[in-house]
Amino acid sequence: MPNLRPTGRGLWITALIVPPLAFVALFIVYPIVSAFAYAFFDWQGLLRGEFVWFENFRIVLFEEPYASWTRNAFSHNIIVFFALMVLQNGLGFFLAYALWRELPGAKFHRVAVFLPVVLSTIIVGYLFKLFLHPLFGVVNISLKGMGLAELAQPWLGQSSTALWALIIANAWHMVGFPTLVFLAGMQRIPTEILDAVRMETRSEWVKIVKIVWPLVAPSTTVVFVLLFVGAFNWFELPYIMAGLDGSPFGSTDVLGLYFYRTAFGNVSSGQQDFGLGSALAVMIFLFIAVIAGVVTVRLRAREIQL
Amino acid sequence: MSAAETTYYDRKGIIGTLGRDGLIQIILIANTFIMLVPILIMVFSAFKSTQQIFTAPFSIPDFANLINFAKIWTETNFLQYLLNSFVITGASMALILTLGTMAAYALARYEFFGAGFILMFFIAGLTLPLKLAIIPLFMLMRDLGILNNQLSLIFVYTAMGLPSTVFIMTGFIRTLPNELEDAARMDGASEPRIMWAIMLPLVRPAMVIAGIQNVVPIWNDFFFPLVFIQNDALKTLPQGLTTFMGEYATDYGVLFAGLTLSAAPIILIYIVLSRQFISGMTSGAIK
Repeated sequence: MPNLRPTGRGLWITALIVPPLAFVALFIVYPIVSAFAYAFFDWQGLLRGEFVWFENFRIVLFEEPYASWTRNAFSHNIIVFFALMVLQNGLGFFLAYALWRELPGAKFHRVAVFLPVVLSTIIVGYLFKLFLHPLFGVVNISLKGMGLAELAQPWLGQSSTALWALIIANAWHMVGFPTLVFLAGMQRIPTEILDAVRMETRSEWVKIVKIVWPLVAPSTTVVFVLLFVGAFNWFELPYIMAGLDGSPFGSTDVLGLYFYRTAFGNVSSGQQDFGLGSALAVMIFLFIAVIAGVVTVRLRAREIQL
Repeated sequence: MSAAETTYYDRKGIIGTLGRDGLIQIILIANTFIMLVPILIMVFSAFKSTQQIFTAPFSIPDFANLINFAKIWTETNFLQYLLNSFVITGASMALILTLGTMAAYALARYEFFGAGFILMFFIAGLTLPLKLAIIPLFMLMRDLGILNNQLSLIFVYTAMGLPSTVFIMTGFIRTLPNELEDAARMDGASEPRIMWAIMLPLVRPAMVIAGIQNVVPIWNDFFFPLVFIQNDALKTLPQGLTTFMGEYATDYGVLFAGLTLSAAPIILIYIVLSRQFISGMTSGAIK
């Protein structure tokens, strides 16, 4: 240990630790704690009114039209989460497995699969919005070019396809992330285990299910939690591709958009309610924290047994 | 291995003719194609007129046709947005790395009361979705008088970047041997001097990892500028892009040129430093 005089040492450590601590306390901890407090007050614009207990929570959960907006947005987040779990993380697992073979060109494929991840969601959102334009977008133009004109449609303009268009854009954008996390997990599997399995079976499927999947379990926890948090934080992509109202007809509305609209208002309604917004924020926050916490503890416990 | 496996392959249809590796290679090539084609179409379209984009969306354009870029250069605030993004990202990164190294060094190298608690405090900030605290943050920035000021973004990004930086760097510094510092202490070097002259050169690799992990989300962020910044001259690139896309809604060539210009800096750096990028951005998830 350093042989400083006690006061000098204390001063030096304090000087090192206090400024970074102050930033985290002031701009992360304080706002999150305040969000909980805000939810219990009645707000008049930017002014805090009286303490109203759980009134804000009651309104967003049980009073129309808020109750149906909340249900609608929440159900879309659930769809987004499960769809991305299969599309993005599922695809990521098999791409990782393919890259793991280190066939010729694997390095190039690895760089390519991660390239979209570094792009901002805004760029990806606009890119897909332009591609999906009913008249000028490459998707419909190529469908017509292939003689499949009847398949061409206003992808973002109709309720049946809009949310799925966003999900696919998100999967394209982010599939590289789980891929590389899974790949790193696979690369840590000891070669002795793999050699032993090769003696036992020639089936790729058995190898994946019995050996690779259980041994990359630590990666599955991380990938699951990150996707869960990401799916329930969805904001930028629907904002850019579908607009703040979750158009058409609320078919792309998600909790992030709904929360932002409730707190800061939008062009059409002009409503702005910090109390209802904070109540929504607190509920989303608790939901994410509880599920992510339970999953982490559960899956981590399973890893230890393996 | 060979004889048995050959007969095994022979019994399977497409796998039999191509071999398993061949099938995997086809999947990888198809995937790479899907990953790259949207980006290629974006770049190609930036050099085309709206008419050409409609009639020949996949054709290779005349790369000497810079009309779309000229429009962006002369008619919009695009350069201002780019400059703002550089300033905000640069200032935030400088603060994150300085403060993060300070905290990590103190936590990893000294034993003091509450050290474990303070580390937990930093790590707790890792997964909290700060977006959900935007209402109190908005009020806080208003009370500090820095709404519509770039300082609001720099402060939030710094706070957001610190948890992962402290986490990565504390772990790294703990692996470094004590001998050099002890020798310097024997020679009478002061604690600040030991940190500056001995530790800092050693922690550079961890700083690179922490830096990459934070620079991408900060450069790409859209949400905080959306709430904090109103003044067009102060907008960041992702935020400015929305203004720009609205103004040129019907000029497809200019829209694609704008997207290409926005994507270019980070794509170019990624291509040059892809290894560092991949390890930097996934390091939080791989432990």
